[in-house]
Amino acid sequence: MSDLKENKIRTSHTSLSKETIDGDIATLNFGPTHPATHGIFQNIMKVDGDKVLSSEQTVGYIHRAFEKLAERRPYNQITPITDRLNYCSSPINNMGWEMTVEKLIGAEIPKRVDYMRVIIMELARIADHLVCNSVIGVDTGALSGFMYVFQERKKIYEMFEEVCGARLTTNIGRIGGFERDFSKGFHDKLKAFLANFPKAFEEFDSLLSRNRIFIDRTRDTGPINANRALEYGFTGPNLRATGIDYDVRVMNPYSSYEDFDFIIPVGVNGDTYDRFMVRQEEIRQSIRIIKQAYNNLPEGKYFAQNIPEFYLPPKDDVYTKMESLIYHFKIVMGETPVPVGEVYHSVEGGNGELGFHLVSDGGRTPYRLQFRRPCFIYYQGYPEMITGQTISEAVLTLSSLNVIAGELDA
Amino acid sequence: MSDFTFSHETVLERISKKFEGLIIKSDVSYNILTIEVESSITHQLIKWLKDDSILNLSFLTLIGGIHYPENKGKELGVVYHLHGLESNYRLRIKTFVSIENPNVDSIVDIYVGANWMERETFDFFGILFVGHPNLCRILNEENMDYFPMRKEYHLEDDTREDKDDRYFGR
Repeated sequence: MSDLKENKIRTSHTSLSKETIDGDIATLNFGPTHPATHGIFQNIMKVDGDKVLSSEQTVGYIHRAFEKLAERRPYNQITPITDRLNYCSSPINNMGWEMTVEKLIGAEIPKRVDYMRVIIMELARIADHLVCNSVIGVDTGALSGFMYVFQERKKIYEMFEEVCGARLTTNIGRIGGFERDFSKGFHDKLKAFLANFPKAFEEFDSLLSRNRIFIDRTRDTGPINANRALEYGFTGPNLRATGIDYDVRVMNPYSSYEDFDFIIPVGVNGDTYDRFMVRQEEIRQSIRIIKQAYNNLPEGKYFAQNIPEFYLPPKDDVYTKMESLIYHFKIVMGETPVPVGEVYHSVEGGNGELGFHLVSDGGRTPYRLQFRRPCFIYYQGYPEMITGQTISEAVLTLSSLNVIAGELDA
Repeated sequence: MSDFTFSHETVLERISKKFEGLIIKSDVSYNILTIEVESSITHQLIKWLKDDSILNLSFLTLIGGIHYPENKGKELGVVYHLHGLESNYRLRIKTFVSIENPNVDSIVDIYVGANWMERETFDFFGILFVGHPNLCRILNEENMDYFPMRKEYHLEDDTREDKDDRYFGR
C-alpha cells in the first residue's frame, strides 16, 4: 500500500473525485427514444446513483388526433383508426368498435359471429400477452424466450391474414359480423396452433416463471397495492395482479363470453412478477376459451341479417338487384343515417377496459367519440411505482405495465 | 348483461333525495343512466357517490369533454363515467358550462387517476378544472393556442368549395 502511494499510483478505480461520486443528485432524461423503453416515452428522473428519487413523464409524441379524425369519418371508416390504438391486439379494438356501433344501431348478431369473434379476440390477447411477457424476459437479460414465442405469435398473425388479409393493423370484421366465413386455411392453422402452441408455451413458461434470476429481478419490482391501483383507474392484468378480479368479459359479458368456462387469474403483490404470472395464466385461459368456442362453433350466418344499410351486400347482388346497389352505394359513400343516441361499450383489451363513448346526433359521422384507453389512464401511476427503485427496475416495470405508445397517445 | 343489483329508478331516487332540485335532467340511454347536474355540485356529488355505503360508485372509468356550439351559455360539457365494481352499476354524469367561463371543480383529490383525464379534457376543449394540481397540455404541443376538439376547428381547410359538408361530413 505504501509503495503504491510513494509511486503515486492511484488506488481507486476511477479518476472522479469523491465529491462527484457521492455528492449530487443527477437528472436523467430517459427517453423519448431509448432502446429500453419499447416505444416513445419520455421520463425525466431524478436519480441518486441508480436509485430513482422522483420522475415525471411527458406523453403525446405520437398523438394522431384519432378522436378528431373520427368526427369526420363514417362509422365503417373508423375501424382502421382503432387498429392503431393498441397495435399489439388490433382485432380486439376493431371488434370493440364494431360492437359499439352494433349496440347503437340495434344489430342482431348471430351466435356464430359471437363465437368467431371470441376466437379472434382471444388469439389477439395471446399475441399481446406473449409480446409483453417475452419482453419482460428480454429486459431481465433472457433473449431466447422472446425469439421462441415470436414464432408462435407469427402463427397467430398468419391466422389473422387468413381471415382478413392483414397481419398487424388488421381492420378485421365488419359492422354486423365478418366479410367472409373462416377459410379452410384458417381452420387448418387454428387446429395446428391449438395442438402445438400449449407445448411451446409451457416451454417458454419453464424458462422464466421458476427461474431464480428472473424471480429475483421481478419480485417486488414496481409494486402497487390494490387501493392505489383502483384510485389510478388501473384495469386489466395490471389491476388483477394486485388482487382485484375485475374483468369486463365477466362483469359485462359481450359477444357471448357468458357461454364459456374460464377463470380470472389474480395476483397478490401487484409487482412485476405478479403481472407476468397473471398474463401467463390468462394465455392458458384464452386457449381454453378458444377451444370451447371452436369446438362448439354454431352453424349459421357470419353476419347480421337485420342491418342491410350497414353491411355490404354480396357483389353479385349489387350488379343484379336494385336494393343491393342502393345499399352498396350508401355504405361506400358513408350516407347511412344512424340513430340518435349515446352509447358506452367496453371490452377487455390486452391492457384492460377499452371503452368507446359514442355520441351520435344522427349524422353520418359520430358527433363525439372518445376512447377509454387503459394505457393512458394507468401510466399515470408509473412514477409512484418506480420511486425508490433502481433504473433497471424502472425499465422492467415499464415493460410489465405493457404501455403501448399508440394507445397512450391516441 | 342486465343483472344489475340496482335499478335505474332506485339510483335516481337516492341521488335526487340527497341532491334535491339539483338534478337538471336524467334519462336512460342504452342501459346507462345519465344525469345532468349543475357544475357547482359535481365535486360534491362524485365524492358522495364514492363514499355512499349503498351506491358505492368508487371507480372512475372516464372523463371526457363535449362541445355543443349552439347551446348558448352551456357550450362545453364534461362527461364522467362512474362504475361500482361491487354492484357492477355504471352511471354517467354530465355538466355543462359556458365557453366564456368554463370552470369545473377538479376531482383529482377524490380520484388521483383523474389527473391526466382532466388534463386531456383541458387540452382538447379548454375546460378549466379548478383545483387541479398541474393543469397543462398533455398530448398537444405546449405552445398551442387553441383547443382543437372544439367544433369550430374543422379537420379540413374551410375555404375549399368543392367539398360540401352535406356530402363529406362535418
